[in-house]
Amino acid sequence: MARNEVRNIAARLGFLLLDQTRLTTVASELARNVVKYAGRGRLITQMASGATGRRGLRLIFEDEGPGIADVDLAMRDGYSTGGGLGKGLPGSKRLVDEFKIESATGRGTRITVVRWLH
Amino acid sequence: MNGHGRIPILKVGRVLVVPIQVDMDDQTVLLLQERILTELERTGARGVLIDISLLEMVDSFIGRMLSDIAAMARIMDARTVVVGMQPAVAITLVELGLELKGVDTVLNVDEGIKLLRDEFGIGEEEGDAFQGGLNLVGEQINPA
Repeated sequence: MARNEVRNIAARLGFLLLDQTRLTTVASELARNVVKYAGRGRLITQMASGATGRRGLRLIFEDEGPGIADVDLAMRDGYSTGGGLGKGLPGSKRLVDEFKIESATGRGTRITVVRWLH
Repeated sequence: MNGHGRIPILKVGRVLVVPIQVDMDDQTVLLLQERILTELERTGARGVLIDISLLEMVDSFIGRMLSDIAAMARIMDARTVVVGMQPAVAITLVELGLELKGVDTVLNVDEGIKLLRDEFGIGEEEGDAFQGGLNLVGEQINPA
């Protein structure tokens, strides 16, 4: 599962327990969205390098699903089209340092998150 | 094996003890919710103690399950206590924006049993308290 993989990679990169937990939780939320709305997709994990030589973990969730019609609305706490709590996207954003959504209706969604090693 | 491990439900006095020891996929979470409610009805238990001390992550789905179990159990005249949440899990839950509405949380199983007994008076009726032996209900525990 995505969770175990992300936890292992985060641990190997030197993230401490709390950040491992944050990243694992983000992976769980975003991977669930992919499966729920698009049926299937990809999770790409990358080591991220910042301008000042800092390092981090970048997770990219890609799917060719229906896309998000209104990204601003989807990022609002408590909003859900899928009967959920509406915490997945806005909550995940709070757990990482960088969070980017690219989505086109009918074409798919790509969500990229980065957590830096502090 | 991952996600499909059966989670045991133990009846101790009038409390159902649910030690969650595996990372749960969504299906396992839904199944567990259903099994707890079925066992509540079947056994007439008045308390549910869910031990999540081995859970390394609680996301919005699991958090919602815990709230839902508490709400449903309450309707069935039972109280729910969640015990043993790891600090990193608690911090992440709050950042995620989850409140675990209606769920009492305590640090460990001892405190959980104390809460059920002292606050809700569960476990002392009929003298069966918590000194009785463990009764395994439902399915068999998975071998480790």
